[in-house]
Amino acid sequence: MFSLRPGDSVAKLKMNFSVLQFPASNCDQDAVHALRDVFGHTARYVWHKENSLGDTDAVIVPGGFSYGDYLRCGAIARFSPVMQAVKQFAENGGLVLGICNGFQVLTEAGLLPGALVRNRDLQFHCEHIFLKTATPDSPFTSKTPAGKILRVPIAHGEGCYFADEETLAKLKANNQILWQYCDAAGNLTDTANPNGALQNIAGICNEKRNVAGLMPHPERASEPLLGSDDGKWIFESIFAALKNKTVAHAA
Amino acid sequence: MKAKIVITPKKAVVDPQGKTVQGALAQMGYTGVTGVHIGKYIEIDLAPGTDKAAAQKALNDAAHRFLSNPVIEDYKLEISE
Repeated sequence: MFSLRPGDSVAKLKMNFSVLQFPASNCDQDAVHALRDVFGHTARYVWHKENSLGDTDAVIVPGGFSYGDYLRCGAIARFSPVMQAVKQFAENGGLVLGICNGFQVLTEAGLLPGALVRNRDLQFHCEHIFLKTATPDSPFTSKTPAGKILRVPIAHGEGCYFADEETLAKLKANNQILWQYCDAAGNLTDTANPNGALQNIAGICNEKRNVAGLMPHPERASEPLLGSDDGKWIFESIFAALKNKTVAHAA
Repeated sequence: MKAKIVITPKKAVVDPQGKTVQGALAQMGYTGVTGVHIGKYIEIDLAPGTDKAAAQKALNDAAHRFLSNPVIEDYKLEISE
């Protein structure tokens, strides 16, 4: 699974990430760059027509406008052959992170509840926002320092999270809301909500907590050069979760 | 043979397009408009001689799984000769 040889310390683990590519995905390279060049792991592109993910430790469903956002964002991508492998991978407990269009694909595929609809002001928002981590209890948020507000960019026209009352109640009860839009001080205000998402929801996870999606782009906030490296905490959480899996595996 | 599918946003979903158009209609002087909801219309051409009942079943399935998102949309399907 990992490239680990006798004598290697757990800290040297290089993980294998699969970054999906659909026609018109356009944040796949940013994701690979962050994982490979910034964090030093292995990242490979997986074309949407492939039937297998190969040797993968985690899957990233990247941002973009897959299939031109035709019909609905992610509505067509969710039927791509590779999504069968992703579903199976998720069913087996594998970690899957959907970013922006990736989040949309995961909700359309039913791997995450709810849906993303048009921003309430009908405008495309391309700006930095602040995120409050709603819970450290997930493989995507465990390493984020308590109370730290993340400054991450968004770039979307359909990022307004919607779910019916029953689903929202379930999300709250199960602690499935992972990130919410907030102001610089961490308050969940309406002004801090760029798209009208219910309860300022920017990202959630599934019941099993192995699949997550968020509208903001942590892969574009992992190096100071891009204006913020707060996004790294989300990746560090994933790396830690994967390390724990190996250690448990090897034990 | 044609299938006509009308897809509309569920009432619980905020419809900013609808609200915007409603505002514009009012500005243009049209009175008495209490709501505007913007949806989608899809026309599907079916081969002549297609069994209508089978098509109804298949397209209902397609409409539920793919053409509409049941989380946020309702749909109406009609098949005409």
